[in-house]
Amino acid sequence: MGLPLMIERSSNNNNNNNNVVELSRVAVSDTHGEDSPYFAGWKAYDENPYDETHNPSGVIQMGLAENQVSFDLLETYLEKKNPEGSMWGSKGAPGFRENALFQDYHGLKTFRQAMASFMEQIRGGKARFDPDRIVLTAGATAANELLTFILADPNDALLVPTPYYPGFDRDLRWRTGVKIVPIHCDSSNNFQITPEALESAYQTARDANIRVRGVLITNPSNPLGATVQKKVLEDLLDFCVRKNIHLVSDEIYSGSVFHASEFTSVAEIVENIDDVSVKERVHIVYSLSKDLGLPGFRVGTIYSYNDNVVRTARRMSSFTLVSSQTQHMLASMLSDVEFTEKYIRINRERLRRRYETIVEGLKKAGIECLKGNAGLFCWMNLGFLLEKKTKDGELQLWDVILKELKLNISPGTSCHCSEFGWFRVCFANMSENTLEIALKRIHEFMDRRRKF
Amino acid sequence: MKQLSTKVTSNGHGQDSSYFLGWEEYEKNPYDEITNPNGMIQMGLAENQLCFDLIESWLAKNPDAASLKRNGQSIFKELALFQDYHGMPEFKKAMAEFMEEIRGNRVTFDPKKIVLAAGSTSANETLIFCLAEPGDAFLLPTPYYPGFDRDLKWRTGAEIVPIHCSSSNGFQITEAALQQAYQQAQKLDLKVKGVLVTNPSNPLGTALTRRELNLLVDFITSKNIHLISDEIYSGTMFGFEQFISVMDVLKDKKLENTEVSKRVHVVYSLSKDLGLPGFRVGAIYSNDEMIVSAATKMSSFGLVSSQTQYLLSALLSDKKFTSQYLEENQKRLKSRQRRLVSGLEAAGITSLRSNAGLFCWVDMRHLLDTNTFEAELELWKKIVYNVKLNISPGSSCHCTEPGWFRVCFANMSEDTLDLALKRLKTFVESTDCGRMISRSSHERLKSLRKKTVSNWVFRVSWSDRVPDER
Repeated sequence: MGLPLMIERSSNNNNNNNNVVELSRVAVSDTHGEDSPYFAGWKAYDENPYDETHNPSGVIQMGLAENQVSFDLLETYLEKKNPEGSMWGSKGAPGFRENALFQDYHGLKTFRQAMASFMEQIRGGKARFDPDRIVLTAGATAANELLTFILADPNDALLVPTPYYPGFDRDLRWRTGVKIVPIHCDSSNNFQITPEALESAYQTARDANIRVRGVLITNPSNPLGATVQKKVLEDLLDFCVRKNIHLVSDEIYSGSVFHASEFTSVAEIVENIDDVSVKERVHIVYSLSKDLGLPGFRVGTIYSYNDNVVRTARRMSSFTLVSSQTQHMLASMLSDVEFTEKYIRINRERLRRRYETIVEGLKKAGIECLKGNAGLFCWMNLGFLLEKKTKDGELQLWDVILKELKLNISPGTSCHCSEFGWFRVCFANMSENTLEIALKRIHEFMDRRRKF
Repeated sequence: MKQLSTKVTSNGHGQDSSYFLGWEEYEKNPYDEITNPNGMIQMGLAENQLCFDLIESWLAKNPDAASLKRNGQSIFKELALFQDYHGMPEFKKAMAEFMEEIRGNRVTFDPKKIVLAAGSTSANETLIFCLAEPGDAFLLPTPYYPGFDRDLKWRTGAEIVPIHCSSSNGFQITEAALQQAYQQAQKLDLKVKGVLVTNPSNPLGTALTRRELNLLVDFITSKNIHLISDEIYSGTMFGFEQFISVMDVLKDKKLENTEVSKRVHVVYSLSKDLGLPGFRVGAIYSNDEMIVSAATKMSSFGLVSSQTQYLLSALLSDKKFTSQYLEENQKRLKSRQRRLVSGLEAAGITSLRSNAGLFCWVDMRHLLDTNTFEAELELWKKIVYNVKLNISPGSSCHCTEPGWFRVCFANMSEDTLDLALKRLKTFVESTDCGRMISRSSHERLKSLRKKTVSNWVFRVSWSDRVPDER
């Protein structure tokens, strides 16, 4: 029996001879995930970006889940509201200094109320949101990390259904030291989460002596582009109650569901529950980056039914407050119920049409997608094109699509999908013309393939 | 009951400190000239409210900047989509040049070495994540900004070991104090990763001397550790002396582009100099590529709103504005500080001779019943609840000597400052009389185990967790 290895706390002390003081493990690790193909494709795009006029044979970016279809609605509204252009009132900006000084981590009350109202509208009034339970953060990226710091300790785990947004590897794990244990989902049932998959993931963690603190889902799902069924949500909540763990629902795409009736938020499920011990384990993440297409403004929120979580999250939000200038600008827009109702409706409609365009276009090229009903992307199945149904096979095909078709799409393996051959293809971050060009390239590619 | 992480159950958020309790009391009963003239005057908030008029008039003359337009054309979409964690190039360039201007253009800042963060709160935490493992320590001269206990330790798991400074030499950092702190860390079995200073200092209101800066650079060189210089108040230097940045010292010692320079990092923010804490604009400046790279990725967790970057890049690129602003800002701060200092002197209170910052480090030791932190707490309570002034007790800043208080002067009108000074004078005069009476009965010796003495008075941040803090 050998002696256990004594690993020094600062094991990277070996080069003291070189007089180089080391950085932290966090700083030098690659848990930021930026070496994955998800990011390599972006690089290829940056080096040769498609432009309708100047570079028509460039790389078309289909790996970026941005919503560019409804800017006109926002611009028109803001222009009408502030025709003189000054955000802080007319003539010399009174209100500026108060806004510039406002750094209260409670957030601007009017803005929180606006967010609560907006979130209620998205859910068709099927759930109520208390503005005092809203904690503001600089984007959902920050919200998810913050929640993880609060719900779990280093070396604990969150269970996350696959396939999932590649950014979670960084957001949930990097600085927190928390692990992700995947809940494996597959195409046999449209990648829905099953009780068996949940149990299995939980057991895997337990077998490795890892303490599970919660389940984190994205609903609607990224990358699937589909809502989570009500029954599945109820099962999930039961599971969390039985295991006495948390449930985090990232609902960042909730306003991008094509038909409002098809979305069930975990808030709805909880709305009718009185048992505080059940409610208190549920937390919702939201952001304006996808539904409103404003990723640059850094507006995210945590909504929790747990007082302790709200209080702590609020304090922690000091590290990631939303610019008061941004809160001020968006507060009146989001509380304008007439405007938001119109926006939500038209945005859904435009996204639905985009989705239909791409899915039909792919179908004509002989390519099937997962039946989706939400989001800014579709989940495309190219399994039949793989020479080998392996990770390498998939990445080879991805590389061909990037280099030959000059389309940057996201391979399923970067989303930790356990089935090979699936790809996430974004459709809302480009003009309709560009989408047509992308589809044309795919058609031609498939035609060429058929000829062999 | 499903549990939450230890970060929740610990009080690493630091909010039980008097620093924050005073704020809470203020919130309950805030002074207003018209509607609440007997309310509490906030003197515990280091805000700069003296130069908004300059920014407001710039905004009125440059409407595009705040209305998301460029040359009259809407750039709403461009800004709405801009989330690149490298930050807006024009903005970083403007920040770099502004930082250079503050330092008399004696040193240069490369925009590529700037990492943006949502305020210096975020910048400091990010740097610690990059430099320290959980359990590693940073040495900080006392007294220091109370927020550091949260910013540097809470989520990072790092520790702070104090470098004790005393009034005997104006709280300057000495070689002996540095060595002693380092040894103390070793005794506690903590690996020291660096020193963090605030220059100019919060709460002292003084800029570090060249001697101290040389000492610091020599110290980190010999110990092979990092130096973080939080220069958030660099633009508030109003004394006759020039502000000396650690970057000046690196240049003067011909250490630029050496391995040592890679271990020196500057933190900055627009919250104090420009008075824009709500906009969340902070920055890390580092010569170490790996740190810039790691911190850039980490900034995803606290990006600066693109509309704010756009507005401020326009503001800071206007050199006519920046030079006028910096000059006027310094003038007004100096005048305000003078007003506070002479008002205090009229009440028989002296303060540390200051040349920067938005506050004075005030000596109220002579008003303490005993030379103890309990007495400081008693005095603080009287000032908060009876005199209705929220000021910050030195113990909340980890000062080792009781009786010092930080008093802010730039976050209120002149009239409000005058009123605060009047109240203080009245209080001191009554206390003197009161004290002469009570002294003769001398029954005010308090038991050290008195229940009103809260944990936080004695809490020294680097000690092992006190059991009942759980």
